[in-house]
Amino acid sequence: MARILLKGISKTFKDETVIQDLNLEIKDGSFTVLVGPSGCGKSTTLRMVAGLEKQSGGEIWIDDTCVNDTPPGMRDVAMVFQNYALYPTMTVRGNIEFGLKNRGVPRNERDKLVKDISEIVGLAPFLDKKPQSLSGGQRQRVALARAMVKKPKVFILDEPLSNLDAKLRNQMRTELIQLHKRLGTTFVYVTHDQVEAMSMGDEIVVMNKGAIQQADSPMKLYQDPANLFTAQFIGTPAMNIIDMQGMKGLNIRSDRPVGFIGFRPEQGLLNPDRPVEGLVLKGDILTRESLGAENIYQIRSDAGTFFVKTFLRPLEPADAVTVAVPHDQLYYFGPDGGRIYGAGMQERALIAGGAIV
Amino acid sequence: MKAANRAIEGPIRAAAGTPMNGIRSKRALLRTIMNVVLRLANAAGLLLLVLIFALPFVWMLSTSLKTLPETMIFPPEWIPRNPVWKNYVDAWNTGPFLHYMTNSVIIAVSILLLQMLTIIPASYAFARYKFAGSGFLFSIVMVTLMIPSQLIFLPVYLELSAFKLLNTHLGLILPFASSAFGIFLLRQAFRQISDELIEAARLDQAAEWKIIVRIMVPMVKPVLVTFALFSFIAHWNDYFWPLVMTTNETARTLPIGIAKIREVEGVGTWNILMAGNLILVAPILVVFFLSQRQIIKAFVYNGVK
Repeated sequence: MARILLKGISKTFKDETVIQDLNLEIKDGSFTVLVGPSGCGKSTTLRMVAGLEKQSGGEIWIDDTCVNDTPPGMRDVAMVFQNYALYPTMTVRGNIEFGLKNRGVPRNERDKLVKDISEIVGLAPFLDKKPQSLSGGQRQRVALARAMVKKPKVFILDEPLSNLDAKLRNQMRTELIQLHKRLGTTFVYVTHDQVEAMSMGDEIVVMNKGAIQQADSPMKLYQDPANLFTAQFIGTPAMNIIDMQGMKGLNIRSDRPVGFIGFRPEQGLLNPDRPVEGLVLKGDILTRESLGAENIYQIRSDAGTFFVKTFLRPLEPADAVTVAVPHDQLYYFGPDGGRIYGAGMQERALIAGGAIV
Repeated sequence: MKAANRAIEGPIRAAAGTPMNGIRSKRALLRTIMNVVLRLANAAGLLLLVLIFALPFVWMLSTSLKTLPETMIFPPEWIPRNPVWKNYVDAWNTGPFLHYMTNSVIIAVSILLLQMLTIIPASYAFARYKFAGSGFLFSIVMVTLMIPSQLIFLPVYLELSAFKLLNTHLGLILPFASSAFGIFLLRQAFRQISDELIEAARLDQAAEWKIIVRIMVPMVKPVLVTFALFSFIAHWNDYFWPLVMTTNETARTLPIGIAKIREVEGVGTWNILMAGNLILVAPILVVFFLSQRQIIKAFVYNGVK
């Protein structure tokens, strides 16, 4: 159980600045997910917390200790690596108990801990096998067991599921959530997959180009994105963004210039039965993806191509459709991508390819 | 031939199974014949190679069991009519062979142990640490690979003689206490191990020496075994350096002893000489047969992760 505090962290590799002035609090017992496109600095941040990478500036606190000069083994941090990093010449048991041996845990206690952990992750029958003879999912469990057995204050997972197939990944996802509940330890999880982030984290940190874009709960992140990047990164399909450049006739009330308007695909109403107060776009359906309970349409309009998602409704056969987005479901962003609150539209204004009703 | 026959059967049956299109089945037949010819050529080539490498050994074995007049017969007889096992006894009795063999074992094994002690830490450091001048130091190590020992034997000889190490085991061991080739080989092997593994060990609170001993060295074991074998064979068979360094029997090794058979028995006692040679190579052959699997593994290991 531990709270992690990053104060003004920066990291430079030779001349390249990867992370600049990063401040973050990871709450005690939380399941915090760092998410962002590859190269955004999320893994580097994680490795600095683990002590595998030395930050160029700033302080890292775990609980009430500044761990800047604490070697990785002494930080009470356990890590699960993307490629598992199991010791190939040791058996499963050897892998799990290596850390305990190094800490000088006596043999009978070690045996008990290994036995308990291997039952939790379902590895008991494989204790005397070598990692090479295990499947991907089993190797993943060994990596988890090796980390768990040390009872660390902080659990760090670096894209641990990316080497598993889709079905196993879903299964491990729920297992990890349960594991977090059971252990109550602080989990810090890195992924580039926003679905993974949304489904597992109770706190999500969206990163891009070495800076934190937004740190919030999943629902807050989804419903109230702080900027264009977060809005477009979270959600499948991503939020539809209409570039205001070249867009004429749209009359927006705002104290700051508006660069972009966005709406979630599921908030666009396809051929609404009754008039809707909001943004109305006319366009042609390009593609239809039917996933059973939901359908996703790609629609081309004069305002650009966008997606609309419908639930529990029959597939729309018509090519030309009208899409309406209620006023309160529109998001406004400045030209720099920052969110603008309190903006709105003049009613009944016409825009190119669309109309405000 | 049996294997080749089996190889023919497959394609022919497949060809017969296709609709009886004349041209097509003819083509299939032609391809099958080509296949067989290629296989046979391949086998013949390999057989030739085996002959080239094995013939000297067979000749050595054959000669070591002949009487002296028999060794002179032309064309040579490959299998002696009455094998003369006594040649081995004669060879053994030309000098203090047990003493030579003990010396050889002490020296080859000591060299091997010392090399392990030096090349493992050195190659690990070159593979894993960034330190000032590491590139320069490594290139110095590599340069020593290119200098033939005949070029530096005199200064080394003078140096060792100044330390009064002529005619001692130490004088035969110390010049080979490290190996540039071994450092190079192991460095490559260490470099192929992923960083994550070392990081995981660090998080497991393992000290640096423990990471090397418990994780890294077991992973490069096949390479280590191969090197050990090369080193052992090279120093077991080494003729030049023991010849330079010994003037009496104290530290003399087997190869010198075998060569002396010629002096003792006079020129031309090939049968005794060959018996001595077999005594020399027998231990190596045994070691080789015992570690064959490891050696093969070392060469294919890189592909299997």
